[in-house]
Amino acid sequence: MTIKVRFFASLAETVGRREAECPYVPGITLGQVWRELNGGQALPSGVLCAVDFDYREVDDALDDNVEVAFFPPVTGG
Amino acid sequence: MAVQIVAQAFDPLELLRRHQAGLGAPARRIGALASFVGSMRDMNEGAEVTAMTIEHYPGMTERHIEQLVADTTARYSLDDCLVVHRVGRVEPGDTIVLVATWAAHRAHAFESCRAIMEALKSSAPLWKKEDTRAGARWVANNTPGEVTAFEADTP
Repeated sequence: MTIKVRFFASLAETVGRREAECPYVPGITLGQVWRELNGGQALPSGVLCAVDFDYREVDDALDDNVEVAFFPPVTGG
Repeated sequence: MAVQIVAQAFDPLELLRRHQAGLGAPARRIGALASFVGSMRDMNEGAEVTAMTIEHYPGMTERHIEQLVADTTARYSLDDCLVVHRVGRVEPGDTIVLVATWAAHRAHAFESCRAIMEALKSSAPLWKKEDTRAGARWVANNTPGEVTAFEADTP
């Protein structure tokens, strides 16, 4: 009954960790997971979200035992 | 089709040659190969950059680029495609990315190579952190690479 959460690049430095866990509650959204782990703060604009390696939107509800990731705009290539 | 995320320096022309040699029989119907090689520069946004570190999201980065390659291959009827992207510590002059597309005709090869490169830059989970004399800094955004960007900058 947990969600694995990962942070990448500058966002990992901002939040001060690369991994976290969040208790699973049916219907919990990506935005709510962020708030749960960041003192109730809303997800900053521009932050991208993924669930099990696919891009998703902040209001998307999650299934149990998924891996969630939050990261800044991408700069590869 | 091949997508590789590599943590060591690579020679893009050697990888291209090897992939070309491995095409096999279908090579006889391929009329065009287009390729793009992106390298690290020693300057960015007015500062000297001595090295950079490229971070990725193991699992998602590969999967995202593989999906991108599969979609583009279908859309442009490509015969083959190779994408190699460096991660980890990189030095000026090192190759960062290689994109190569093989097709029957040049239009599909050129356009698909550009399409993969632009999509990779705007959506693949990769992040650059530059070392400068003033300290390390994250690259905040990629410059837009629309087809019209060059024309717009040209008087």
